[in-house]
Amino acid sequence: MLIDRRHLPLTALAAIVVLAPLLFSSLYYYRIAALVFIFALAVVGLNLLMGFAGQVSLGHAGFLGIGAYAVAIGPTYFAAPPWACLIAGAVLSGAVAFAVGRPILKLRGHYLAVATLGFGVLVSIVLTNEAGWTGGPDGMNVPHLVLFDWTVRGSAAWYWIAGVTFIGGFVLAENLVDSPTGRALLAIHDSEIAARMLGVDVARKKLMVFIISAVYASVAGSYLALFDGHITPDVAGFLRSIELVAMVVLGGMGSVFGALVGAAVLVVLPQALTVFQDYEQALLGLLIMVFMIFLRRGIVPTLATALAGWRR
Amino acid sequence: MAELLQFVFSGLTVGAIYALVGLGFTLIYNASDIINFAQGEFVMLGGMTTVFLAAAGLPLPVAALIAIAVTTGVGLALHRLAIEPARGSSPVALIMITIGASIFLRGSAQIVFDKRFHSLPPLFGNDPIHFGGATILPQSLVVLAGAAVIVVLLWLFIERTVLGKAVVATAANRLAARLIGINTRRIVDFSFAVSAAIGAVAGILIAPITLTSYDVGTLLALKGFAAAMLGGIGSAGGAVVGGLLLGMIEAFTAGYISSNYKDAVAFLIILIVLVAMPQGLFGRAKIERV
Repeated sequence: MLIDRRHLPLTALAAIVVLAPLLFSSLYYYRIAALVFIFALAVVGLNLLMGFAGQVSLGHAGFLGIGAYAVAIGPTYFAAPPWACLIAGAVLSGAVAFAVGRPILKLRGHYLAVATLGFGVLVSIVLTNEAGWTGGPDGMNVPHLVLFDWTVRGSAAWYWIAGVTFIGGFVLAENLVDSPTGRALLAIHDSEIAARMLGVDVARKKLMVFIISAVYASVAGSYLALFDGHITPDVAGFLRSIELVAMVVLGGMGSVFGALVGAAVLVVLPQALTVFQDYEQALLGLLIMVFMIFLRRGIVPTLATALAGWRR
Repeated sequence: MAELLQFVFSGLTVGAIYALVGLGFTLIYNASDIINFAQGEFVMLGGMTTVFLAAAGLPLPVAALIAIAVTTGVGLALHRLAIEPARGSSPVALIMITIGASIFLRGSAQIVFDKRFHSLPPLFGNDPIHFGGATILPQSLVVLAGAAVIVVLLWLFIERTVLGKAVVATAANRLAARLIGINTRRIVDFSFAVSAAIGAVAGILIAPITLTSYDVGTLLALKGFAAAMLGGIGSAGGAVVGGLLLGMIEAFTAGYISSNYKDAVAFLIILIVLVAMPQGLFGRAKIERV
C-alpha cells in the first residue's frame, strides 16, 4: 500500500482541503467552506467530550462566544494584536472550563446537559448586557487579523487558514484518542465505575477533555469573529450550542471524521434553505428531528457499517 | 413596603406561569424520563392560536377551547411521531429531538401566524386593584386562580382516579407497571397530552399581561425547567413551589438589582441547585452523581 492505513483519514482530509477549491466557482464557495472548517474545528473538540468521554454539553457556544469577543474586545480597547487575543481567549476559555467544569462534571446525563446549558445562556446574557464592552445586542466590529505585516482578509485567505487549522486540530484529536488518555476516556464512556476500578482518575480525565474541547471552541469562535468582521451575542446563544451538538450527533459521535461531515451538513443546509425564506426554521427543526430519529448513530458511522457490509 | 408587595405580586404572576411549565416538564419526565424542551412551544401555541381564532371572529372562550385542543393534539403528535419512533435512543438524542421539535413548532408558528406581538383582552378589564399601597391587575388574579385550579385538578386526578394511579405507577417503575398490566405507552401519550394542555392554558392566561409571539417559547421552557429543577425534578409540588419562587426571585432581582440581569437568575439558580443540592428542594433522594 502506498499510504499507511493509519494515515488514510489525514491524507483524505488534506486532499479535500487542497482539491476542494477546484470545484469553487466563486468566492461564495470559499466563504461557505471556510465556515464549514471553522465549525468543524469546534465540533472536533466537542466530539472529544461527547463521543469519546460520553459527556454532554449544551453550552459550548459559551466558549465560542468567549473566543469571539476576546478578538473583538482586545484589539478594540487595548490595542492588543488579534493573534495574541486569540491565544488569550483560548487560555481564558480553558480557565473558565476548569472553574465551571470542576463542580458540574460530577453530574451526569440530563443534569450535566442542563448545567452546561445554564452556563452557556449565562455567557450570552452577560455578552448582551455588558453593552459598554460588547456593543450589546447589536454586537461590535472586529478588526482584521494581522500576521507578520500580512492583513488577513477575504474568503480565500480564510479558507486556507481554517482548513489548515482544522487539519491541525484533527491530528491533535486523533493523537489524543490514540493515547492512553483516549482509551481512558472511552473506558469512562462505557462505565465510569469500571474505569475507576481500572485506576483511571475519572474526574481529572473528564475535566481535561472538557478544557480541551472548550479551547477548540474558543479558537473556532475567534476565527468566526475575525472572518466575519462583526460579532453579536448570538454567537454564544442557546441555538448555537444546539447547532454544535447537532453537528456532533449528525456526523457521528466518536467519529473525528464525522465532525467535518456534521459541520458541512448544518452549515450548507441553512444556506440552501434560505431559498425557502420563511420556511427555513421549520425545515431546520424538521431535519434535526428526522436525522435524530433515523440516523441515530450519525452519518459517518452508519455509512462505515454499510460499507463494511458491502465489502464482505 | 408597598414596593416589596408590588414585586411579590408581579413575581407570583409570572411565577405561576413558570410553575405550570415546570409542572408540564415534570409530568413528561416522570412518565418517560424525557426532558421536553418543546414545553415552552405549548405555551406559545395556546396563546397564539387563541389570538388568531379570536381575531377570526370566534368568541374568546370557544377560541381558547379550540386552542387547548389543538395544542393537546400537537403534544400527542410530538410523542407519537417523534419520540416513539426513537425509543431506545440515548438521552442526548432524545433531547435533540425535542429541541428539533421546538425549532420546528416555532418556525411553523411563524408561517401559520406571524412575527408580531399579540395580546388578548383581559377577562375582567384593566383597572388595577389597589392593595396595601401596591396594585395588582385583575388578570394577575385570574392567572393565579387558573394555576391553582390546574394544580388542584391534577392533584385530585393523581390521588383519586385509577388512571392517575397508573401514572404514578409508571413514574415509579416502568417495568413493574407494565407487569401489572398498565399500558405504559398510553400513559406517556397521556402525559404528553396533559402537559400540552396545561402549557396551552398557561399561554392563554398570561397573554393579556406579557403579550405573546411566535418566539416566546424558548425562554419559558428554560425557565420552567429551572423551576422544576429548583423544586426537585420529578416532584410536581416542587415544580409549583419552584416556579413561584423563581418568579419572585426574578421580580426582586429586576426591582432591586438590575432588570437586565433578571433573566440570568434562572440560570444561576440551575447551576447552584445542581451543584449544591442536585435533588432540589423537594426532590426524591435519587441523586445522579458520580
